[in-house]
Amino acid sequence: MIKLFKRSPLSARIGMLVIAVNLFVCIAAPLIAPYGETEVIGEVWESVSAPNSILGTDHLGRDLFTRMVYGARNTVLLAIGITALAFFLGIFFAFLAAVLGGWVNQLLSRSVDILMAFPTLIFALVVLSVLGTSVPSLVFVLMIPAATRVYRLARALAMNINVLDYVEVARIRGEGIFWVISREILPNTLSPLAAEFGLRFCFVFLFISSLSFLGLGLQPPTADWGGMVRENAGAITYGIMIPLIPAAAIAQLTVGINLVVDWFLHESAGRVPEEI
Amino acid sequence: MNKILNMVLKRLGLGLLTLVIVSMLIFIGVEALPGDITEAILGQQATEETVAAFRKELNLDLPAHVRYSQWLYGIVQGDFGMSLANKQPIGEMIGWRLSNTLFLAVTAACICVPLSLILGILSALYRNTPFDRIVSMTSLSAISFPEFFVAYILIALLSVQFNIFPSMVTLDEDMSFFQKIYEVFLPCLTLSIVVMAHMMRMTRAAIINVLSSPYIEMALLKGIDRRRIIVEHAFPNSLSPVINVIVLNLAYLIVGVVVVEVVFVYPGLGQLMVDSVAKRDLPVVQSCGIIFATTYIFLNLTADILSRISNPRLLYSN
Amino acid sequence: MSDLLKITNLKIEAVRENRTKEIIKGIDLTLKRGEVLGLIGESGAGKSTIGLAAMGFCRPGCRIVSSSSIIFDGFEIMNATLAEKQNLRGTRIAYVAQSAAAAFNPAHKLIRQYTEGPVRHGIKSYPEAKKEAQALYKKLLLPDPDNIGYRYPHQVSGGQLQRAMVAMAMACKPDIIVFDEPTTALDVTTQIEVLAAIKKVTRELNTAALYITHDLAVVIQLADRIMVLRHGNLVEEGTSKQLLEAPREQYTRDLLSVRTFQKQVEDPGENKTPILEVQNLTASYRKNTPNVLKDINLKITRGKTIAIVGESGSGKTTLARAIIGLMNPKKGKILYRGKELPYALKRRTKDELRHLQMIYQLPDIALNPRQRIQRILGRPLEFYFGMKRSQRKKRVKELLDMVELPAKFINRFPPELSGGEKQRICIARALAAKPEIIICDEVTSALDQLVAEEVLKLLQNLQDELKVTYLFITHDLATVKAIADEIIVMLLGSIVEQGPREIVFNPPHHEYTELLLSSVPEMKLDWLDELLKSRREKEAARGNGKKFHDIESYLAVSN
Repeated sequence: MIKLFKRSPLSARIGMLVIAVNLFVCIAAPLIAPYGETEVIGEVWESVSAPNSILGTDHLGRDLFTRMVYGARNTVLLAIGITALAFFLGIFFAFLAAVLGGWVNQLLSRSVDILMAFPTLIFALVVLSVLGTSVPSLVFVLMIPAATRVYRLARALAMNINVLDYVEVARIRGEGIFWVISREILPNTLSPLAAEFGLRFCFVFLFISSLSFLGLGLQPPTADWGGMVRENAGAITYGIMIPLIPAAAIAQLTVGINLVVDWFLHESAGRVPEEI
Repeated sequence: MNKILNMVLKRLGLGLLTLVIVSMLIFIGVEALPGDITEAILGQQATEETVAAFRKELNLDLPAHVRYSQWLYGIVQGDFGMSLANKQPIGEMIGWRLSNTLFLAVTAACICVPLSLILGILSALYRNTPFDRIVSMTSLSAISFPEFFVAYILIALLSVQFNIFPSMVTLDEDMSFFQKIYEVFLPCLTLSIVVMAHMMRMTRAAIINVLSSPYIEMALLKGIDRRRIIVEHAFPNSLSPVINVIVLNLAYLIVGVVVVEVVFVYPGLGQLMVDSVAKRDLPVVQSCGIIFATTYIFLNLTADILSRISNPRLLYSN
Repeated sequence: MSDLLKITNLKIEAVRENRTKEIIKGIDLTLKRGEVLGLIGESGAGKSTIGLAAMGFCRPGCRIVSSSSIIFDGFEIMNATLAEKQNLRGTRIAYVAQSAAAAFNPAHKLIRQYTEGPVRHGIKSYPEAKKEAQALYKKLLLPDPDNIGYRYPHQVSGGQLQRAMVAMAMACKPDIIVFDEPTTALDVTTQIEVLAAIKKVTRELNTAALYITHDLAVVIQLADRIMVLRHGNLVEEGTSKQLLEAPREQYTRDLLSVRTFQKQVEDPGENKTPILEVQNLTASYRKNTPNVLKDINLKITRGKTIAIVGESGSGKTTLARAIIGLMNPKKGKILYRGKELPYALKRRTKDELRHLQMIYQLPDIALNPRQRIQRILGRPLEFYFGMKRSQRKKRVKELLDMVELPAKFINRFPPELSGGEKQRICIARALAAKPEIIICDEVTSALDQLVAEEVLKLLQNLQDELKVTYLFITHDLATVKAIADEIIVMLLGSIVEQGPREIVFNPPHHEYTELLLSSVPEMKLDWLDELLKSRREKEAARGNGKKFHDIESYLAVSN
């Protein structure tokens, strides 16, 4: 791990720092935030120079900085949870399909094909219109598309490993499917899956933010970056840049993650002759 | 040639099947609403008569498969049913908005397909030069930004600061083409930036992937000119992945278009859909959903067929 | 005559994560016009790197140290610009790669790739080049020489593709061709024709060549002079004759003596009851596809080694997979100690599974890179014998000792070991189950020759000690000669000949066995010329114009 870090370029280190800061803010939100999540402290859209706040106030006169800190906590933790769940389900079914093959593989893969035939946001809109906007339906709507994409990747990875001789050795020995999956396949797919976790997190995170921005995500008064952009969108026509702050917050985290993932993927890319 | 025709027909059949299943899912999804749809929409206090009238209006008294086939048959004929919110025929609401959405998406596609191909190829050629690094950092940022962030930055700059373009789009049917272009400039730019970044990065990766093949090394060792290697050896082999990239990203436009329409209050299908979700106007959501899904499936199908056709192994197998 | 190519003090570094490692450590090399120089060595010797460096090319991750000098016909390549180098490449110095299938561009027809060089370098017009290509294809005995050029690479077989690549290298009549293991990926019978093609064109056009290979017997047939390389250093240099008859260095002697190991003939009086028997086994990959195994019958005696020999597509690996339970045959029986084994792995008992073990060709992918040796060897002990932790550790050490590896390997991961060491771990893993039969699928094919020889000796010692039975699947007749008691020759899913080693290896042979046996390169100077001569004579004697020198022509004749 330390070796890996020492090799990393500056861009990846910046990315790691960004991720670390965000995680810290998530965990320590109540300690950092000067006010309560929904506490009103002043006038509507007070500017940055207001004496009692750092970033000014929002459309209801709440402290923007406080909202930002709690927004990090709500959005990021929800995204992590959903991504983790999508990973668990995606990988579980993918490995099952890859190892068992036959009709299990056909059934799972065709179902995933069908789910992937929906554009993600359209799927979310249709489902949310039926289920209404609540946290469980949000989790469902975000988790399913993420899980299908994890399934695709994990299945391809597992299929590649599954044909290797050491897996065959385990089969010939008479090992059960659980052993084959957990001891032979999983450990050898971890590093591409780690990169995928980063990408999937970005996808889920941007997706939550988009839904919140459309007013279908986390509901007020819960602080949430996407929702905060929506709530304060009107300010921009008055030349007040407040909606750009939560939007930039979303961007900084995804840029940070992408910097790390990019370096990760670059490490494993094919090499091209210098003369071309 | 027979083989290709066969493949195309098979793919088309599969696409059609997918479409039918997707439409069923959209239909059943609404069907499977927890509790009764009437209760969800009319509220707990609805009287017996209003509920009965409502059920009649939605044909809820008929069995599910009959309603599905009626619904599907209607859609094929261009009849999408009635909106619950304003009791208007959905077909009429959709028509004009659909053309607006297509106008936006097609304009964006016309900008970003050629541009991103050129940028992708250039940055693959000039790998690890400052040019490549700048393009790569910019595109990494662009794919990391939510669409509305890009949109608000552009609004803040070009509309609030300099007041060149409108931040809210107003379209009407007798505008000239150039007036329309002026109106959609900002939403179009937003979409293009995001989609271009994706497309460009994937194009670059596809080409670099081909450049590390042994036959490229062989061409170098035959003394072939560098530019010729790219054009004659690398390009034909990266065609298939690149076509895939283009069409998949056009499909991505569909998702992007919804958010962008909301930001710019653009009178398109995406905005209608989002509004209807908030109002729980299910027939409208269903209709918009099926139109978006159809476009998406059609684009994916095109990508699949084109990239298969451009693979010489399939074209000239024994 | 002056040197056509003169390389002095060639040093090449591999650059990885800002650290450099010298992989070529100061090589001097000269090549005269029309001379064939063999570069021989095991993997990691740096022979391919030197070959590419002669063209001023370095694979990604390597670089030539600037103090090196590569002078081609009086021109210093080290100072050349890319454009100058590209002018030389293809026209005056050409390259033939190991895998033609990968080195031909899949998107273009063969003839287009042939003519590309001469046309782009402005040497010939397209019609001229095309006509020459067809003439050259004919000379290299490619079937249908006028039209084969209009096929795509994936429509042509491996041996033919390799010959087409030799033709492509000749397209501009270069002064030098670099041959980079051009026959390593081919079957022995296919190899002969490619070697013959190389010899023909280089001699007739007086082309100089750098011939890179790991196989001394092959290079002796072609090279005037040979350089033996090891770890980026020169071991010994001399004419082929000198090297063959009076090698100076021990390493060269080792390379020469490879394939001389042979197992002692045992008294045949031992118990003759078969431990494994296959009856009427027929199999195909899928329903309604041609059978890949056709009515196979064989018996294996306990404590013996039985070798199944055949080229790619003979069905030998499929047979092994059917026996081990990885493939469902259509019909037939597999009997272990007279008792019928179920086809499917899942229906076999733990004991039946334990008694049949398998060792693979590529030890790299036969060992899980994320498990320590302790785990790899300990798992069968736990699984089959339910051994406790301390027992396992003791037994793993014993097993390592049996395969002549130090006990400290117990905490290593496979990627930390060399190829030979990994294969020994695979052997130890098979032994851990205390099996009756071990199926060895090409176990020495991926190893360097000296290492392979050691592994064969180890397997023989283990058999003497443990009385384990081996079923050897191989295409390499030298291995068969070394270790087999009984031999089965397979061709296209059928057994063409079987019997004890002394009988199969001594004439009269079945025609196909004859073809196989005569195709194995021998450490004799004129072996290839004599073989080709005798084959042409036989063809003439046959009189009906039918050729009989590789698998394709064999099949054409026998049908």
